[in-house]
Amino acid sequence: MATLNVLILVCLGYVVLLFGVAFAADRLAATGRSTWLRTPFVYTLSLSIYCTAWTFYGAVGYAARSGLEFVTIYLGPTLIMISWWWGLRKLVRVGRSQRVTSIADLISSRYGKSNILAICVTILAVLGVTPYIALQLQSITLSFSIFAEADPSGIYHEGTSVFWVAAGLAVFAILFGTRNLDANERHHGVVTAIAIEAVVKLIALLAVGIFVVWGIAGGVGPIMERIDASEIGRWNVHRGRWAAITFLSAAAFVCLPRMFQVMVVENDDERHLRTAAWAFPLYLLLMSLFVVPIAVVGLDLMPEGSNPDLFVLTIPLALGNDWLAMLSFIGGFSSATSMVIVAAMALSTMVSNHIVMPIWLSAQGRRASMSGDVRDIVLLSRRISIAVIMALGIVYFRLSGGGAALAAIGLIAFAGIAQILPALVGGLFWRGATRTGALIGLTVGFGLWIYTLLLPGMGGALMPASVLENGPLGLGWLRPQALFGIEGIDPMVHSVMWSLSLNAAAFCIASLVSFPSPLERLQGAQFVNVFDHSAGPRGWTGSVAQSEDLMIMTQRILGAAEAHVFFQAEAERQGGRGYLPEPTPAFLESLERELSGSVGAATAHAMIGQIVGGSSVSVEDLLAVADESAQLLEYSGQLETKSAELARTARKLREANEKLTQISMQKDAFLSQVSHELRTPMTSIRAFSEIMRDTEGLTAQERTRYAAIIHDEALRLTRLLDDLLDLSVLENGQVNLNMGDGNLQDVLDRAVSTAMAGSDRPLRVRRNRASERIPLHTDLDRLGQVFINLIANAQKYCDAPDPVLTISVHDVGGQAVVDFIDNGSGVPPEAQSMVFEKFARVGSDKAGGAGLGLAICREIMQRLNGEVSYLAGQGGGAFRISLPLAYKQAAQ
Amino acid sequence: MTEKRNPEVEPAVSPPAVFLERHSYRRRRLADAARLLPIIGAGLFAIPLLWPAGPGEAEPVPMSSAIIYIFFWWAALIVASAGFGIAAKRLPPREVNDPESEKWPR
Repeated sequence: MATLNVLILVCLGYVVLLFGVAFAADRLAATGRSTWLRTPFVYTLSLSIYCTAWTFYGAVGYAARSGLEFVTIYLGPTLIMISWWWGLRKLVRVGRSQRVTSIADLISSRYGKSNILAICVTILAVLGVTPYIALQLQSITLSFSIFAEADPSGIYHEGTSVFWVAAGLAVFAILFGTRNLDANERHHGVVTAIAIEAVVKLIALLAVGIFVVWGIAGGVGPIMERIDASEIGRWNVHRGRWAAITFLSAAAFVCLPRMFQVMVVENDDERHLRTAAWAFPLYLLLMSLFVVPIAVVGLDLMPEGSNPDLFVLTIPLALGNDWLAMLSFIGGFSSATSMVIVAAMALSTMVSNHIVMPIWLSAQGRRASMSGDVRDIVLLSRRISIAVIMALGIVYFRLSGGGAALAAIGLIAFAGIAQILPALVGGLFWRGATRTGALIGLTVGFGLWIYTLLLPGMGGALMPASVLENGPLGLGWLRPQALFGIEGIDPMVHSVMWSLSLNAAAFCIASLVSFPSPLERLQGAQFVNVFDHSAGPRGWTGSVAQSEDLMIMTQRILGAAEAHVFFQAEAERQGGRGYLPEPTPAFLESLERELSGSVGAATAHAMIGQIVGGSSVSVEDLLAVADESAQLLEYSGQLETKSAELARTARKLREANEKLTQISMQKDAFLSQVSHELRTPMTSIRAFSEIMRDTEGLTAQERTRYAAIIHDEALRLTRLLDDLLDLSVLENGQVNLNMGDGNLQDVLDRAVSTAMAGSDRPLRVRRNRASERIPLHTDLDRLGQVFINLIANAQKYCDAPDPVLTISVHDVGGQAVVDFIDNGSGVPPEAQSMVFEKFARVGSDKAGGAGLGLAICREIMQRLNGEVSYLAGQGGGAFRISLPLAYKQAAQ
Repeated sequence: MTEKRNPEVEPAVSPPAVFLERHSYRRRRLADAARLLPIIGAGLFAIPLLWPAGPGEAEPVPMSSAIIYIFFWWAALIVASAGFGIAAKRLPPREVNDPESEKWPR
């Protein structure tokens, strides 16, 4: 006979085994050798936390009370699993691509990261799941008590056992569920442990079933006869309940936080769903295969009034098969523990992420984002949440007294959790679903669930019988179990029907009339079109729906106006259907190029890949990138200004450098020209002085001639040196201007007479004296020098047979302009640009000067704020002098 | 960016083909069948609603028949689902220029 102590020992041994497995799996995962941990079968087995102690023990009790109705609890999930093409695949893909951590996170993320929604779902989940945890604790203590009754020597106390079981489970969940803050929220240790528990509970139930069918009844045929002969031997299922509970279990299968945890959050590879699609229904089928036989045999064998919920345990015990009873106990224990651990983990994640952390962050104010200890806080809050949830479970267990039928609590919890369904399904398949809609739908459904199912189910303490019978304040149509006066419906069906249908209706109507925020719309697009966004073949492909997302993204980067212009142009290029272009590969390429101009090619590619296909980063990341890009743009704008400045400076420097090089070259050319100019007279001076020194018997006439030549050449040298000195003084700006007031006519008179004096060539000068009476404030001697130079040039170079020089004076634009125009052939065009250069002479044959005259003129005129230039196309040599007028200068 | 292509070299975008190749067509119809499966399942599990139950109706269906009916179709659904899973795994992954917009997991 198995004593209570042996049982406790086995239990502890089993728990130690689970700890060991979880620990080893975590270690394996940490070292990266966890591939075998992540096979589709482990995933399938981890889904089996759907089968809690409620289904392990309770299904038999359910069958004993209501016949085959229990099977609906399994048929719903079966239908969901084999319809994974429709829904689950999308759910898992969304969960993975959005890095969702819980069902509350998914809902909040879909509806624009609304924390209010997350809190609503979290509260709903805690309210729905806490009784469920209490139910598991109850089943463990009940099974303990069965063994305790059979073992008179044992000292058993229900309260302490509940406490220790809860404490042990909390420790397990804390150790393996909150060990690290993984970005993916995956817990290899826990998943492996619950996979093992899944195998254990399946084997246990099958073993009891086989024992019952072949050990007691004697085969399939006899058991069938026995079933037909029993009190549940006829099909007697309430039709409404059959449909409603199938639907409810299907909804709960998707919405239960613990199912979401193992199915979506812990999912490692989407393809595992393909295997789970048939393997999990198979698991469910095996779990329910022997339920009716066990129930029937239990009803036959066990004494009247014994609890049918515990037939799985009591039948082997009654027949003295202690080891089978032990196995069965371990099976039930497994079902309860795995469910409690995962549920506590999932709930703690939700509570800490959506309730504790927001409160903590707002309490911390701005410091929170600066400190690095957020991770520790999250882990701590999760650990505390697990402990609190367990404590709540114990409290609920104590309050409820543990007496209610197991299945009833389970179904009430299902109906509560299923209220998430409209928001979930709407969020996944309908882009028009909005946060307001989800919030109102959830509130309506949640409220109706409490009013029509939870409160009436909890008895008279919370809802007086008068309300139940006559409605609140005597309003008959508001009776909790006969809303709108429609009576006679099963309370369960009634509640599910009204709460879910009104929930869905409120959700749809509120969604239709409200308007979503941009983030909501972006998230909606990400969720509904997840297959287009997060995966797909290489090369850009897409649908029109994506253009909207691309538009939103482009606006964040390029700015609204530019983005509109760009998209409009693209749409027109494609044939002008609507405002948004089709996301053809060509369009996507050009968009990428456009964006890469702003954010760089790699980022643009990643961002388009984000919306169109490729790696799965959440929208939040995308938005963060866009914000960063905006900052980068601003920064790069500043950089651009600076670089433009730099470019300008560089250009100036380059120009200065070119000038310097030119000047240096000019200097070299100047030096060589000066040397050349000096050498010619020096050579003749030397030659003639040598002749005079060395030649005997020179006649006086010859001597005079040679001396005259030497004198002339010396004079030429002096003139050249004077000119050079003059030029260098002028160029260095060291010249002292002798400014004075005078009249242009006087200056011209003096210049003409000086230039004409001693000239052997006749030159007629034509002047209009009337126009020359212009007052000047300038260096009159220097100006005269310029005039003399120009008149002398005309004398020297004018090749006309009857040379005439016309000097005309105008007032042009506030400047006095003096033109010197002769009737010669002028300066040939190719030489015009050269005449003001030093040593530039036109036709070396007429060499009269050093070629510095015009260069000096230019320098002088620059000093006098005037200008000298060559006038082409005047029918002869023509120079123009422009100089400021006296009154202008006085005005300065 | 590594896959930046020269726009001049890039071939013109061809319109998607109207008809699928044979194996793509098969895969598409297989997906249709897989989608149909839960509807068939729901229909099969709804049939017990038509069975006589409760007082005043015809002789109720014996429990053994009910069990055989439900578990048989349940198993059949599982087998069909497993068959689709295996078939989908065997078929080659879909080609790049898929004319229809249906997406298959790879």
